[in-house]
Amino acid sequence: MYRTIHYYLNTLYWFWYTGFSSELEYRLNVYVEIFAVIGNLTGSLFVLSMFYSNGSTLGGWTFNNSLTVLSIYTFLEGLTTCFLHPNLSRIVRHVQHGTLDYILLKPIQSQLWLSLRIFSPWGIPSILVGIALLIYSLSRSASLISYMSIFLGIIMLLSSIVILYSLWFILATTSIWFVKVWNATEVLRSLLVAGRYPISAYPSMLRAVFTFLLPIAFLTSVPSEVFIGQSSSFYVFLSILFGCIFLLISIFFWRYALRFYTSASS
Amino acid sequence: MTKKIFRIYRVASSLLTAQYALMIEYRAEIALWAISGLLPLIMLALWSKSDVIGSVGLTSQEITHYFVSAFIVRQFTAVWVMVSFEEDNIEGKLSPFLLQPLPPFWRYASSHVAEQLTRIPFVFFMISILFLFVPNSFFIPKLKDFILAGIAIFLAFCVRFLIHWIFAMLCFWNERAAAIERLLLIPYLFLSGLVAPLEVFSDGVRSISMLTPYPYLLSFPSKVMSGAEVNIIGGFAALLAWGFCLFVVSIFAWRQGVKRYSAMGA
Repeated sequence: MYRTIHYYLNTLYWFWYTGFSSELEYRLNVYVEIFAVIGNLTGSLFVLSMFYSNGSTLGGWTFNNSLTVLSIYTFLEGLTTCFLHPNLSRIVRHVQHGTLDYILLKPIQSQLWLSLRIFSPWGIPSILVGIALLIYSLSRSASLISYMSIFLGIIMLLSSIVILYSLWFILATTSIWFVKVWNATEVLRSLLVAGRYPISAYPSMLRAVFTFLLPIAFLTSVPSEVFIGQSSSFYVFLSILFGCIFLLISIFFWRYALRFYTSASS
Repeated sequence: MTKKIFRIYRVASSLLTAQYALMIEYRAEIALWAISGLLPLIMLALWSKSDVIGSVGLTSQEITHYFVSAFIVRQFTAVWVMVSFEEDNIEGKLSPFLLQPLPPFWRYASSHVAEQLTRIPFVFFMISILFLFVPNSFFIPKLKDFILAGIAIFLAFCVRFLIHWIFAMLCFWNERAAAIERLLLIPYLFLSGLVAPLEVFSDGVRSISMLTPYPYLLSFPSKVMSGAEVNIIGGFAALLAWGFCLFVVSIFAWRQGVKRYSAMGA
């Protein structure tokens, strides 16, 4: 057991080390990324402040709590840029070119390889800004933040990462059947933007969709509520349950899809 | 003279039909791109529940018509020239284009126009779905507004295309210049009226945004289509003025850039 874990960690280290070095070749991107993060954050704060002008609120949340939601969104967006986007975009290319064969032959879990092969450093500014904003908004929170709620909040954050990952992976898996599916992840991305704002700010029909059909509520709103200590244990339970279910679906769906993989040009 | 006009007509029509045929082949992808333009509808869901709208003197019907129009305007002003130009530049595909007696500009412009034509049925379909599920969003613009909005959308597309084209010229200096597109999207997102109607902006931000071309790219055509009160002559004048200035700059940028072209991959 120990040896397998060590083996995987060592492989991951070299994956990310090589990925990191090759990306650093393009230094223009560093500046672009930093400006983009600052610009997007300024814009998002500007939009939030518009919702809170004239004493109005966004779905009954205080400005500060909406900031928590925004911080978690920024954090998850950074993770998407670091891992989900660069790795899962390649599944499509592997299927198209038939190079998935080589990956399936490697002595490593294919899903793990496909999901974590590349680490792109361009999401790091978003991740850092997200964490900083989270700490800032929590420190200004009106209610007292207990260690328990921070602990639970981190667990909720992990579960939201798992849900986000599974959504992306399930969508990328469909490329086994419909080769050119890459734009579908753009659709997912554009829908996830809804997670920038508290879920209770949406009309009730959309709220139901964003909770049960496309669990955007569990990505940002539920973790924020847990951090502030305003969530019920029911939602904590539901979030963990959703995380497990989505992860299992992504694993089984990948195995199921592989049965239909016919390789290219054969 | 007639010969020249005839030649322009022939080149333009064959370019457009060829590009249209190409786009038809990618219709599934275009459908997905079209769906990923949902942001105005997400923002509509948020603003329709907000009290801020009433406090700046807008009715919920006006806001609905505005965002539905914004959704349509955005569909037909999509621009991705930086990405495809970077690709052609890196892969050396630009070389054969340069040998032809037609500036490559027109090739990219016509592929955008062809893509918009392919989008029409998808946009029509999505709007019908929206009207079906959210009946109070239903509205039909007056014929005069519709025609004027069509012209405004086309001009807005031209201005946006020129902005992106000018920045695409940076690919001659840096291979990964398309990353700058991320920066160009930020002011478009927050200043054009895509995430909030301009009426909600604070006076300072609004007057700054009116100095940029962005409100004319989205807010102006949307207002024309939704039949809102808007300075039609001023809007068209601004679009034409921006278009003219950017056109002059684009010619200059192209001439400077193409001198540096080194035919990568050749």
